[in-house]
Amino acid sequence: MEWEAVIGLEIHAQLATKSKIFSGASTAFGAEPNTQACAVDLALPGTLPVFNAEALRMAVLFGLAIDAEIGYTSVFDRKNYFYPDLPKGYQTSQLFHPIVGTGYVDLELEDGTVKRVGVTRAHLEEDAGKSLHEEFPSMTGIDLNRAGTPLLEIVSEPDMRSAEEAVAYVKKIHSIVTNLGICDGNMAEGSFRCDCNVSVRYKGEEAFGNRTETKNINSFRFIEKAIKGEIIRQIDILEDGGYITQETRLYDANKDETRSMRSKEEANDYRYFPCPDLLPIVIDDDYVNQLRDTLPELPDARKARFIEQYQLSDYDAMVLSAYRDLSHYFETVANTAGDAKLAANWVMGELSKLLNQNDTEINASPVSAEQLGGLLLRIKDNTITGKIAKQVFEAMWAGEGSADEVIESKGLKQVTDSGAIEAMVDDVIAANQPQVDQYVNAEPDKRGKMIGFFMGKVMQASQGKANPGQVQGLLKQKLDALANG
Amino acid sequence: MSLDRTDVEKIAHLARLNIAEQDIQEYADNLSSILDLVDQMQAVDTQDITPMAHPMDAIQRLRLDEVTEADQRDRLQTVAPSVEAGLFQVPKVIE
Repeated sequence: MEWEAVIGLEIHAQLATKSKIFSGASTAFGAEPNTQACAVDLALPGTLPVFNAEALRMAVLFGLAIDAEIGYTSVFDRKNYFYPDLPKGYQTSQLFHPIVGTGYVDLELEDGTVKRVGVTRAHLEEDAGKSLHEEFPSMTGIDLNRAGTPLLEIVSEPDMRSAEEAVAYVKKIHSIVTNLGICDGNMAEGSFRCDCNVSVRYKGEEAFGNRTETKNINSFRFIEKAIKGEIIRQIDILEDGGYITQETRLYDANKDETRSMRSKEEANDYRYFPCPDLLPIVIDDDYVNQLRDTLPELPDARKARFIEQYQLSDYDAMVLSAYRDLSHYFETVANTAGDAKLAANWVMGELSKLLNQNDTEINASPVSAEQLGGLLLRIKDNTITGKIAKQVFEAMWAGEGSADEVIESKGLKQVTDSGAIEAMVDDVIAANQPQVDQYVNAEPDKRGKMIGFFMGKVMQASQGKANPGQVQGLLKQKLDALANG
Repeated sequence: MSLDRTDVEKIAHLARLNIAEQDIQEYADNLSSILDLVDQMQAVDTQDITPMAHPMDAIQRLRLDEVTEADQRDRLQTVAPSVEAGLFQVPKVIE
């Protein structure tokens, strides 16, 4: 029998508001503990929540972006549980009437097929504070700066069947919320978090197996690893005749394994009821339609446009359309250089490499899109070779000036003077008699490959500046003349 | 519908209420009679009536997204039993 995994995800996206969902305290990250926790956030007696209009706008915008039903009347409910970083003794959330109902996203899978994943709902809620267990020997420290930060919890249908599909879904949601500008998407700071519900069953079976929920995963890579590990763990247990306990598990990135956190079977009894401190939120068609008009171009539409407008491959278009900043950068490079394919290669190649190596966001790239476009122009007009361009790019990255300045100051102009190239070709042929003999004595159809050796020598002699096409042509001409001598 | 002792104990635990052993039966009886009243109300046909989310016939007013609260940590923490390095301190919580 073949096993099949069933995966559903809950994503918490922190909405990029300036103030909290129910109070006027700041949501800025990294402040001194409890300096952004006001009387409402601390649940002091007599305080009342007032809902943030911007959180509403952002949630509705998300609903429109995934073609979801919008909750024209939505209601806040209390989810009751006791934990010290939850001062009110309940989390204000939405259970019965969420702001966003059923929607969907389409995922492009590696084999080129498109898979539709349902979004069950997305609801507004407040974040809890932070508990610090390590700081003090016998006490837990509580920082309530995060308490009351607006979250959009996005709940998927259990539609995914592999870790790869799950990651593709998370990336898609990540790209939608960041494109909408409703979430900064920073996973390391916890602005975008994912809980993974995983179960396994025999392929073809209808019923779901018992599921576990894995929390605490803060990167795309860890989501994939955690889910893969959890699937294997469950299959192992079932094949040994065991039983999967429905429970919450924590992913430990250091050990690359999940471990049990608490058993869900008896723990959860949240006794939800409508929050009497907040009235129903009612919106109308005018409000929704106005927001619809403000929807920016979303990744799927942009991808289609990139294929149409720039003739990019499906893969290149997908990568370059995923994020607004990256897309904008690419388009600026492409338009400056007048060559979309070359721009795509450089943005996804050299630029991405250096951004990753230096852990730099594209907005903070030391080489601007216009500057990179200027560099590509010099490749296109044969001022420099592609190989030298990489050297120029690194100098530009290091702040040594524009492409033209670097080329000038380092003397990197491509050598296209046929006299100079011919001299170098002659020198190389004269200095490598054994290889010339081999070439001459080789079968004609083997000679093509052997030219590579001489190419390397000439390019080395020119410090990479000789025009490769000219070198190749001259070498072939001269060597073949010797062979046919 | 009637509640028994274990129901009462469970509810008390969820609400973190410390109740005296000799009172449990009385709570069970009282809560059960409330539920009996609910049962009576269930007999009314509410098929075409939208459930009410709030007793006031009004809708939520919205706040502009502005930071209006200044840091008042020192004042707010004067009522806390224990504070260290700006953090509220509570007895150790281990999951």
